[in-house]
Amino acid sequence: MTGVAFMLGGRTFRHGVHPAEHKEATRSRPIERMPFVDEYWLPLAQHIGAPSKASVSPGQKVQRGEVIAEAGGFVSTFLHAPVTGTVKAIELRPHPSGKQLQTIVIATDAFASQKITTLERPAQDADAATKAAFIQRGGLVGMGGAAFPTHVKLQVPKGKTVSFVVLNGCECEPYLTCDHRVMVEQAEQVMRGLDLILELTLAKRGAVGVELNKPDAIEALRQAIGTRPVEVVGLTVKYPQGAEKMLIDALSSREVPSGGLPLDLEIVVQNVGTAAVLAGLFDHGIPLIERAVTVTGPGIRRPANVMVPIGTPVRQVIEHCGGLLPSAGLVVLGGPMMGMAQKSLDVPVTKGTSGILVLDQSTKTVSEEPCIRCGRCLEACPMFLNPSRLAQLARAELHDELAALHVMDCFECASCSFSCPSHIPLVQLIRVGKALVRQKGSSQ
Amino acid sequence: MFEVVGATLPVIAAATYYFGVTAFLVIAAAVVGAAGTEWLFARDRGWSTLRDGSGLLTGVLLALTLPPGVPLWMAFLGGVVAIFLGKVIWGGLGKNAFNPALVGRAFLQAAFPITLTTWVAPLGGTWHVAPSTLAPPLMKPSVDVISAASPLGLSKFQHQSTDLWSLLVGNTAGSLGETAGLVLIVVGLWLTIRRVFDWRLPLATLLTVALFSGVLHWLSPSSHPHPLFMLCSGGLLFAAVFMVTDPVTTPLAPRGAWVFGIGVGVLVVLIRSWGGLPEGVMYAILLMNAVTPLIDRKFMPRRFGGKS
Repeated sequence: MTGVAFMLGGRTFRHGVHPAEHKEATRSRPIERMPFVDEYWLPLAQHIGAPSKASVSPGQKVQRGEVIAEAGGFVSTFLHAPVTGTVKAIELRPHPSGKQLQTIVIATDAFASQKITTLERPAQDADAATKAAFIQRGGLVGMGGAAFPTHVKLQVPKGKTVSFVVLNGCECEPYLTCDHRVMVEQAEQVMRGLDLILELTLAKRGAVGVELNKPDAIEALRQAIGTRPVEVVGLTVKYPQGAEKMLIDALSSREVPSGGLPLDLEIVVQNVGTAAVLAGLFDHGIPLIERAVTVTGPGIRRPANVMVPIGTPVRQVIEHCGGLLPSAGLVVLGGPMMGMAQKSLDVPVTKGTSGILVLDQSTKTVSEEPCIRCGRCLEACPMFLNPSRLAQLARAELHDELAALHVMDCFECASCSFSCPSHIPLVQLIRVGKALVRQKGSSQ
Repeated sequence: MFEVVGATLPVIAAATYYFGVTAFLVIAAAVVGAAGTEWLFARDRGWSTLRDGSGLLTGVLLALTLPPGVPLWMAFLGGVVAIFLGKVIWGGLGKNAFNPALVGRAFLQAAFPITLTTWVAPLGGTWHVAPSTLAPPLMKPSVDVISAASPLGLSKFQHQSTDLWSLLVGNTAGSLGETAGLVLIVVGLWLTIRRVFDWRLPLATLLTVALFSGVLHWLSPSSHPHPLFMLCSGGLLFAAVFMVTDPVTTPLAPRGAWVFGIGVGVLVVLIRSWGGLPEGVMYAILLMNAVTPLIDRKFMPRRFGGKS
């Protein structure tokens, strides 16, 4: 909300905020490869849905790319060894969410070739269900942060059709540049992934939404389009454009119904990083065993975009990037708006980890002041809710009122907290309110 | 908050220029009353409620709505009432339904109607202190001020118009902060550019007054003054910049802001044209403050992805 410059230019959604972008440190750094480390920690729950079920046991040798855990249901996915080595243990370990969760620990075989064991690919003319099962077998999840199993979205339910596929290249979180680099360096793979999604969903058209602060990515993608029925659309820089409902609004001026899915508008949204991995899966049989992570922030010595094997301890990734500066403060996994602050560096990079952000100690902590009803949170909320009121109701634990004011529409983008001049922890309170409503709903 | 306090400085300067050092004394008295009451009731929170500047602002705004000749003790009392009745009993900053400065002024107008409607002509000299300013509490102030009617009073009771230039420059009788129209317009534009307040509120108010009084003037030019006169006279510009824009006592959502502004505009014209008083801005705002919770309820944004 700091001027009008960001409002000029491309298409966008309504409301939202414009935090300082802080992408300079890493946006032009090519993705580098992280060397192998001694040990990998692979939580069975790295995605939305049921946790995977371990299919290996301690002492067992595993090859890089081999399945180590199978899907625990339809909304669940497979897990693969990111490295050739030995399963050391399956035990409770700290997870980025703050919980202790079942984790497969793999000790690296320092003398192995680390050649990837690829998956057997389905025939070109295999049916959609077979291909969806293959995607699940490849362990694919949405890599924008939510980590929703990809095969679920790409298996169009009976009676539904998809006419439009959207690739999400917004990367609206400040600091993060890994999607940006993937688009620049792997534009062909991204487009190839989009082809596959169009094919699977039988959609006619596709679009890639990219914010205008990534002109090189827009250029690279446009070069790669060829004859595809696809458009690369530059979007005004605004947060949270990468939320799928906002992106759809920006591209097509249509609103996903409250409580509904993009599918209700015959649209499927996938992250650009996911599309690139999808191409690798179908073309080479490579499962999701590594991902691009932006390691950045004022507290890190050498900011970089790094291709990190899933399960690498965060501490090792930070060391790879020169370690922490003496001034380092809070460490956040993900971006500053929706990421999770960590109390320990001994957690693994998971499939949903888009960034490791190290803030410094000068990052202000502020004290809360009374609400002066300025209404800025209302003008920030992309879901057109009343965050200040919801926060009050959450404090008073009034779950019926919370539900009546549609608290469940909130997807916790934190634009309200960001815009509040009184520093009220609005999104945190609303999160409590959502939990109250859920609790109430399940107890009935 | 301090940015708004800062924005009152040019207005205070204009008041001091036209009404002499007496303006300054009145402001000081109201601020002492307001900030003192704030401190008294917020001691358990230390000085934190004073540090946000809202008590100071209430005192300054109250003083700027008072006639220049008001006794200092009345200004002080107004400050006390503004904070106590207008803010403290509601639960402090952000909880009050009515604009605290206007609560203070409404109290004074009810308690001391004559003093609050006795205006003096400006330009009595920089060091001029009206004898009534220093009147002791509850004593009848000696009415030796050279009283002068305000432009709205002249218009209503004597059908005498005041030229626009005087209204803009501020060379007229009126409350301390309300006479210098040009200063208020510039300050208002500045606060709009700085995004300190929601521009919809003053814009809706002023547009409505202009339109409504414009229609009346067009129907009957002899009994209804020109819309430009309506805009620039009385406390309207001052209120549009400093009172209508108070976030606490006005609606949250943009559509609500339009409704609030239109309501204030309509009430101002109604009171000025058909009410017993020449000026109605204060009551217009207080009345709309009263219905703000209702407006909030009715005019929230439609939720994303919901039925319109």
